[in-house]
Amino acid sequence: MIDLLAHLKTMLSAAGLSGFESPIREIVHEAWEPLTDALMVSKIGSLHGLKTGQGPEPRRRVLISAHMDAIGLMVTGIQGGLLRVTQVGGIDHRILPGQLVTVHGRETLPGMVVQPPAHLLPQEAGDGPVALPYLLVDVGLHPESVEEKVRVGDTISFSQEPLELTGEALAGHTLDNRVSVAATTLCLDELNNRAHDWDVWAVASAQEEATLGGAFTSPFDIRPDIAIVIDVCFAKGPGSSDWRSLPFGEGVGLGYGPNIHPALYRLFEEKAKAFEIPYHRDLMPKMSGTDAMAIQVVAEGIPCMVVGIPLRYMHTPVETVSLKDIRRAGRLMAAVIADLTPDALDQIQWEE
Amino acid sequence: MTKKLEISAGQVPEVGASQIALLEKLCNAVAVSGDEHEVRQIVLEEIKLIADEVRVDALGNVLATRFGRGENRVRVMLAAHMDEIGFMIVKKHDEGLFEFERVGGVDERQLPGKSVMVGREHRPGVIGAKPIHMTTADERKKKIEVSSLRIDLGPEIGDQVKPGDRAGFATRFEVLGPSLRAKALDDRLGVATLIELLKHAPDQIDLLAAFTVQEEVGLRGARVAAYALDPDMAVAVDATPAYDLPHWDEDDENDRFNTRLDAGPAVYVMDSATIPDRRLVNWLVETAAQEGIPCQLRQPGGGGTDAGAIHKTRAGIPSVSVSVPIRYAHTAASIARLDDWANSLRLLHSALSRVTPGLLAGERRD
Amino acid sequence: MKSLIQKLVETPGPSGFEYAIRDVIREAIDGHADEVRVDALGSLIARKGTQTEDGMRVMVSAHIDEIGLMVTHIDENGFVRFTNIGGISPLTCYGGRVVFMDGTRGVIGIDGIERGKMPMLSDLFIDVGATSKADCPVKVGDVCGFERPFLDLGKRMVAKSMDDRVAAAVAVEALKRLEATPHEVHFVFSTQEEVGIRGATTAAFGVDPDVGFAVDVTRSGDTPRVNPKMATALGDGPAIKVRDSSFIADPRLVDWMVTTAEKADIPYQLEVLEAGGTDGRAIQMTRGGVPAGCVSIACRYIHSPSEMVDSDDVENAIKLLVVLLSAPIVLD
Repeated sequence: MIDLLAHLKTMLSAAGLSGFESPIREIVHEAWEPLTDALMVSKIGSLHGLKTGQGPEPRRRVLISAHMDAIGLMVTGIQGGLLRVTQVGGIDHRILPGQLVTVHGRETLPGMVVQPPAHLLPQEAGDGPVALPYLLVDVGLHPESVEEKVRVGDTISFSQEPLELTGEALAGHTLDNRVSVAATTLCLDELNNRAHDWDVWAVASAQEEATLGGAFTSPFDIRPDIAIVIDVCFAKGPGSSDWRSLPFGEGVGLGYGPNIHPALYRLFEEKAKAFEIPYHRDLMPKMSGTDAMAIQVVAEGIPCMVVGIPLRYMHTPVETVSLKDIRRAGRLMAAVIADLTPDALDQIQWEE
Repeated sequence: MTKKLEISAGQVPEVGASQIALLEKLCNAVAVSGDEHEVRQIVLEEIKLIADEVRVDALGNVLATRFGRGENRVRVMLAAHMDEIGFMIVKKHDEGLFEFERVGGVDERQLPGKSVMVGREHRPGVIGAKPIHMTTADERKKKIEVSSLRIDLGPEIGDQVKPGDRAGFATRFEVLGPSLRAKALDDRLGVATLIELLKHAPDQIDLLAAFTVQEEVGLRGARVAAYALDPDMAVAVDATPAYDLPHWDEDDENDRFNTRLDAGPAVYVMDSATIPDRRLVNWLVETAAQEGIPCQLRQPGGGGTDAGAIHKTRAGIPSVSVSVPIRYAHTAASIARLDDWANSLRLLHSALSRVTPGLLAGERRD
Repeated sequence: MKSLIQKLVETPGPSGFEYAIRDVIREAIDGHADEVRVDALGSLIARKGTQTEDGMRVMVSAHIDEIGLMVTHIDENGFVRFTNIGGISPLTCYGGRVVFMDGTRGVIGIDGIERGKMPMLSDLFIDVGATSKADCPVKVGDVCGFERPFLDLGKRMVAKSMDDRVAAAVAVEALKRLEATPHEVHFVFSTQEEVGIRGATTAAFGVDPDVGFAVDVTRSGDTPRVNPKMATALGDGPAIKVRDSSFIADPRLVDWMVTTAEKADIPYQLEVLEAGGTDGRAIQMTRGGVPAGCVSIACRYIHSPSEMVDSDDVENAIKLLVVLLSAPIVLD
């Protein structure tokens, strides 16, 4: 049995901005080692775990993609011992002033994002929310020491500790998308106890938040027959109440739209019903905003499904999730995969 | 396997009553990006007896091959997209009203007061607007936001329509004298053209027809189709706007018309997605000149076709685009000239008949 | 070196129309490569070296296209309207001179617009000296580049297409100076970078490298009141890119490039470019993914007719590239 909370907390404490995933990759590697038959790292840093199926060879392949990279900041310059920064991934600059951060320099340095007083900024920059180019990071060291320890291109991650809220709710940074990595771990664990015909390729993908790099490249080498992308989706909460948001803690999202093969959608819906796993249709009229955008168009094209774990306050250091939904996502993926028969691909057709 | 119909290989295709009937069927079908089922069914039915190989790929593209005869056949990919701009229902409200999102580039000013078809059953709905009596002068200066519009399917609709269903404009296909008026002429004109070209494929080439999906949301189908077909060259067959309307200032020349009706097929020299191989541009323009087929260069500029995805595939595929000019693309009703369509078909057929390995021998020479 | 740069920057070659510049490159590397070929999108690919046990297949990509203009319409009086090929600012157009691929020259004029208003490209036209549509020597679809002579200011050099001809010059020179290499190096002189990194995309698929480097220019943050700020400066050495807006260089490769530069005593600077991309992205994203990095040359006034680089940066970029390609590449 996987201790979900403990597993998540190990991952949340690890750095791993887009393109710099090695710290988180090592942790996922350790977690997946006992659950897979082989583990390898792609040429650009995605982790590939193979769990061999029991079906006759040649076996079909299903790829599960959960991106492991995090959003954060990057040093662009050093001025008077303070750091100028830019973003890695999309961050609303209005949530930054006063955030505690960790600067990954020649050594790891605690720091904080600071907002200079208006009179030190160009007039238009000081009024209203201060834009990212005008914010600074202070690590509390003397300028000469900063110059020694920090250089342009160093990454900065949020240092908010995970917080357990009531009702199995967890808050913290980088729940997007470590919760999906955790759901994948749960899925692999469950598949340890269930026979499955297909080979399962679990991918902790790199660079989703910046370039979708992992999703463009891993499927090219793995050539899966189908792919399941697991990522967070919007949960209803303050400021997000329209059709794009799903209820919090009340089931997983099943993506529906051009990135998703309708036969896979139907398969997931049937399984969710059969296993009484609550779900909501997550509408994606244009693009899904996930690895599926890339995976679907790799090589000759790959049928994709998107599973969502509803998350509040996305891309802030206090993202909040319900552990129940993580477990549901893991169970659902395992249920679908375990029932993929050797000829299941015949059902995944367009002519419905 | 069914015996291939040797109906009319090499014969020059024409636009007559049966071609217009096919186009009508294609235009009246709804195939919003990501849900191209209806058009795909029509295409599959039309080509099943004429193509040597047909398959539907992972994204729903229809890939059809008609092999030629003889040695050194150039593998020519033709791409026309099956999808159209439209809507997805995203939320059910009370009294038969549904919130929707646009799929593909639709100007929100084109929406109020239009009728639509929702779902596979083509359930009729309307996009209404507030009575003018209840609007203020200030309000009328602003666009009506999509988020405030609803599709009304009537109070008894119940669960017959649900979030995720697609909707398209309900305009019916009509022939207006020399013109055609329909929704989705972009790119059912291309789809119909490809079907005709498959029927009349010249023998010295292998014709690889890709009826693609998801063009309107980012040329997605063409990308994987090109990878799979791996052709020697490609032509995207599409429809492109004709902004050949009078300039407000009558003394001013309209110098941004993109294309003009009645000037024949539009050959691309550059758009946002592709700088075509000039050998292919010249191949089309010279064919038109020699055959006496009218043809125009589309003004270089924005926009993009499936060629944008195709030419960057694998180690590079020389590509060009040919479009039928249409007025009012991406709205409820576009207008095209029958002659422009017929000439597009003639030009493509003549040009394909002239393809030799020599066309692309040597390096790209612009 | 300066004469090669001058030759390269004064040869027109807007994206998609690189044949003249390709010929210049072909001549410049004549006899120095083991094999030279041209791919479907017109990129020139020169292979040099044989892969040993410690070696890899390495792609080095410098783009040879430049921004330019394409004719969209000729009015009754022979004035020529145009659209952009790549990122053109109307700010730098008015009064500029252009040369068409056939040698026809023209100047850029502007419609009467409100004083103080920023013009749009559609407010501009090219005057080729025609008196009417009938005697206008250019036609719709014709292509021109900006015309501005190379300017040698001693330490600094100025030209209209330092982006990216200076990098092409660096790649040419590195190819020539490269003697012993454990690698099979493919020098790609890529096309259509300015319109979306297209040539490098297909070249990377074709070359199928184990590791790749782009060579390109980057913004320089050392001009008055620069905004946004940037830590790069002319003369501080070639820049080793950490990331730009479309690409995160492989951090293992960045570390190795830094160590290699330090060992060889070559000055360098680190680069984080907030808006812009290079061939590096195309290399990294090809097939199953490729570790990729980028050597940049700091450049002022990018995409204007007067782009400025530093001669020492150019020389040091060549040295760095040669050193990088001469030893086994270590990724850990």
